[in-house]
Amino acid sequence: MTERSINWFRFSSPQTFYPLAGKMVPWFAAAAAILAAIGLYIGFFVAPTDFQQGEAYRIIFVHVPASWMSMFIYLVMAAWAGVGLALNSRLSGMMASALAPTGAMFAFLSLWTGALWGKPTWGTYWVWDARLTSELILFFLYLGFMALQAAIDDPRRADKAGAVLALVGVVNIPIIYFSVKWWNTLHQGASVSLTTAPTMATIMFTGMIVMVLAFWMYSIAVSLARVRAIILERERHAAWAQALAGAAA
Amino acid sequence: MSWGSAAEFFTMGGYAPFVWGSFAVAALCMSIEPLLVRARHRRAAAELKRAGVAARGVGHEAAA
Repeated sequence: MTERSINWFRFSSPQTFYPLAGKMVPWFAAAAAILAAIGLYIGFFVAPTDFQQGEAYRIIFVHVPASWMSMFIYLVMAAWAGVGLALNSRLSGMMASALAPTGAMFAFLSLWTGALWGKPTWGTYWVWDARLTSELILFFLYLGFMALQAAIDDPRRADKAGAVLALVGVVNIPIIYFSVKWWNTLHQGASVSLTTAPTMATIMFTGMIVMVLAFWMYSIAVSLARVRAIILERERHAAWAQALAGAAA
Repeated sequence: MSWGSAAEFFTMGGYAPFVWGSFAVAALCMSIEPLLVRARHRRAAAELKRAGVAARGVGHEAAA
């Protein structure tokens, strides 16, 4: 350990995390905007027309990032919830609450864009296949988490109840991910995997990955901004928060 | 570049409602969410300020 090492635990207190998050939000938001501009440019102007699906395939540039983020955010949310349950740290529960609405939005976008892709490609907006159904369950898990937290007045108890729900729901994530392997689904298999080369043209893959990064940066920016609001809501009786509000006046 | 004209681009090879329906709703959601978050932050800050004013024993006229 060097003498210059940072005490990271210091940032686990809402009081120190609040200004830090405030400094980070504009950077992540700017990164999201730049990456989205590049990703959309590649997706619409560089990537060629798909020889099977025509132009409808361009929906994947929003569908895949939204779907991945909906699953990834759930894992991060459940991890924060688990940490909060184990260590009883206040900020962890706030982080979990801050992530849920963004995750729910991406789950909705995944279903919405998937339906609009499915109609011209499969001939149907919706089918009760394993991939689609488990993604719908993910959307309901997010809504359930938010509804449960909203129904409990005491935020610490709301965190605990939400954490249990979030952790139980984690079982759904591998089900979504592997559904196309485990069952004979209408949804096609993974185009991108850790073990094999992507089964799509390099430029299409590049555009998709840039869009994934853009959505990732967006998620970080918006959830950090939301956790700041949650900190103010929950710490309203703390002297530091009131001093902050007084100073901002 | 696979587009001959702007019209061709917006037509999306006949898939315009599906392609633009996807991107428009995503753009809408991802523009509204930050606005909602900002409104929530402002509301929380205003609430905090009101609470602080009340705690110091100052009436509502001070906040106006």
